Amino acid sequence: MAGSSTTVDIAQAMFTEPVAFADWLVIAPSILTIIGGTLCLITRKQTTLAPKLGLFFLGLLVLNNVMLLAEVLKRGVITMVMGNWLPPFGIAFTVDALGATLALVAAIVAFSAGLYASITIDSSGKRYGFYPFLLLMMTGANGAFLTGDIFNMYVWFEVLLISSYGLLVLGNDRAQLDGTVKYGILNLIGTNLFLIATGLLYGQLGTLNMADITMKVRESGVSGPLMTIAVLYFLAFAMKAAAFPVNFWLPSSYHTPRIVVAAVFAGLLTKVGVYALLRTLVMLMPAARTELAEIIAWVAALTMLTGVIGALAQSDLRRMLGYLVISGIGSMLAGIAMGSVLALSGTVFYAVHSILVMTALYMAAGLMAAMAGSYDLRRLGGLYGASPVLAGVFLVLALAVAGLPPFSGFWPKVMLVDAALTLGWNWLAASILVTGFLTSLAVGRVWIYAFWRGGPEGTVDGGSVSLPGGGVLTLGAQGQSTAAVWVPIGILTALVILFGLQPEWMMEVSSRGASGLVDPVGYLRSVFGGGA
Amino acid sequence: MRTVIFRTFAPFITALMVLFSIFVLLRGHNEPGGGFIGGLIAASALAIYGISAGVGPARRALKAHPMSIAAFGLLLAALSGLLSLFTRQAFMTSQWVTIDFLGVAVDLSTPMFFDIGVYLVVVGAIGSIALALEERESD
Repeated sequence: MAGSSTTVDIAQAMFTEPVAFADWLVIAPSILTIIGGTLCLITRKQTTLAPKLGLFFLGLLVLNNVMLLAEVLKRGVITMVMGNWLPPFGIAFTVDALGATLALVAAIVAFSAGLYASITIDSSGKRYGFYPFLLLMMTGANGAFLTGDIFNMYVWFEVLLISSYGLLVLGNDRAQLDGTVKYGILNLIGTNLFLIATGLLYGQLGTLNMADITMKVRESGVSGPLMTIAVLYFLAFAMKAAAFPVNFWLPSSYHTPRIVVAAVFAGLLTKVGVYALLRTLVMLMPAARTELAEIIAWVAALTMLTGVIGALAQSDLRRMLGYLVISGIGSMLAGIAMGSVLALSGTVFYAVHSILVMTALYMAAGLMAAMAGSYDLRRLGGLYGASPVLAGVFLVLALAVAGLPPFSGFWPKVMLVDAALTLGWNWLAASILVTGFLTSLAVGRVWIYAFWRGGPEGTVDGGSVSLPGGGVLTLGAQGQSTAAVWVPIGILTALVILFGLQPEWMMEVSSRGASGLVDPVGYLRSVFGGGA
Repeated sequence: MRTVIFRTFAPFITALMVLFSIFVLLRGHNEPGGGFIGGLIAASALAIYGISAGVGPARRALKAHPMSIAAFGLLLAALSGLLSLFTRQAFMTSQWVTIDFLGVAVDLSTPMFFDIGVYLVVVGAIGSIALALEERESD
């Protein structure tokens, strides 16, 4: 009880100096989204109020994460330990440039999705809790990006997954239940592997704090048990990230949910897996990563090539985009396989690019289907006439995802290819370039089919067929403004163009994130104070 | 299941169980008990009432939707961690205040509010599942 009379030296176990208000920025993303999520859950039956509340809190999240990234770039790594307990016993939130960057991009994507959903999700979807699920999923995603404790990261993964199951089944169709079961089972296996590996790691080192693990692993060197743990982590997160050959769940579940849900998932969820790989393999167990480098490189090359070949073979727009997500994961894994600062910066930049561009592509696909009435490439056509703006936006996004200049996909590929050639991994550089070429074929095919030709399959050359409904975009209630779908696509496309034309800032931030992983001095000092 | 004996006794059992669940919740800080186990007991009470009186009356007796109760619990738990902002300590640092209530010193703390939050989350979530399952059965 608090009133006991024995005196204890609290400084042995707890921080006693006051905590700066700026440090609260590291935990605020989780708190804001929990508060917003619960308020949306309570008000979910009021289908006009809940979206406003949700957007308000997502907007606060974006602001908070902007300030967090600015603070991290100014001061270096920031740590806050829950309950003031001294690390490694207290659960630490430790934010470096990598975590803060991804948290910010995730927040922007979530805000865009919230806006897009305000008219594309019907009121029954809102009553069944689209906004609470979205906000609580952001709790999980932000927590995973910002935490400095490996078991805590597992908990945030669970928060993220449980909310994502809810988003996936929204609508209750047979196909959605089918997709959710596949997604659910594979993720259950993945998280269980994560938990088993974490248990083994705790048994081996006696700590869960990432900074502490980093130090202990570097002292002990590579050993059999640590290699086993590293392989388990690699398998678990490769499943999350949809790497070959454990990626069959992605194409079979991402085309079933509402398009805005697919957009957030394609943007965000696989990159959480990539982030976890960066954190565990590169920062926690670098020696094990070096041993595994060859295997990771093969997995990376196969992931990007099978992904893009899958994309070429598909005739459903959403399935094709799902395969492009997988192909991008391959490029990010290539950076992890190489492990140099340049390559890892390429991975981080690619992750940011991929989150933005994949979300925007799914959103654009949603508009295309809303105009033409189908996701089937054979039945799309004549959309250029219906909306030249959408044709332009899709072309920008298509060139970006294929890695062509002057858009955001170009620079990370340059960095990855440059790193591969420097290290003498010519075959890996070649596979990145071949993937880029095949991707341009895959997306170019979509653009020609959907926008350029006059109408669906069978239309005579030069002729044009009028779209059902005259190609007018009608979403939500009759006569409602469609600004809520154009603004998010506009924001994301603008960022894609901005990072393409002005890549220096993003390169600088990614390289700070990457060098913090390779040489985590700042991370250790932030958690354990100046002595470490 | 709706025998006369069960229907007569169910309200009393429910009331007793809810009372006991609050007792278990409050003793949880230093002794076995706490929000999770207390919440489970209260959710069982709700389930028993639902079986004996029907799901409709159980929902009406609860006033709020179980999911809203769960959401409120989560909100309470999150807010209880926020109080340490004002004492310039890290998130979730426990804050204590001792008040004099009719001559008895009562210790109030943020962990207690956190535990009440956990209790409400468990009551809401498990209660919601239990009532939904009972509803299907009667169809």
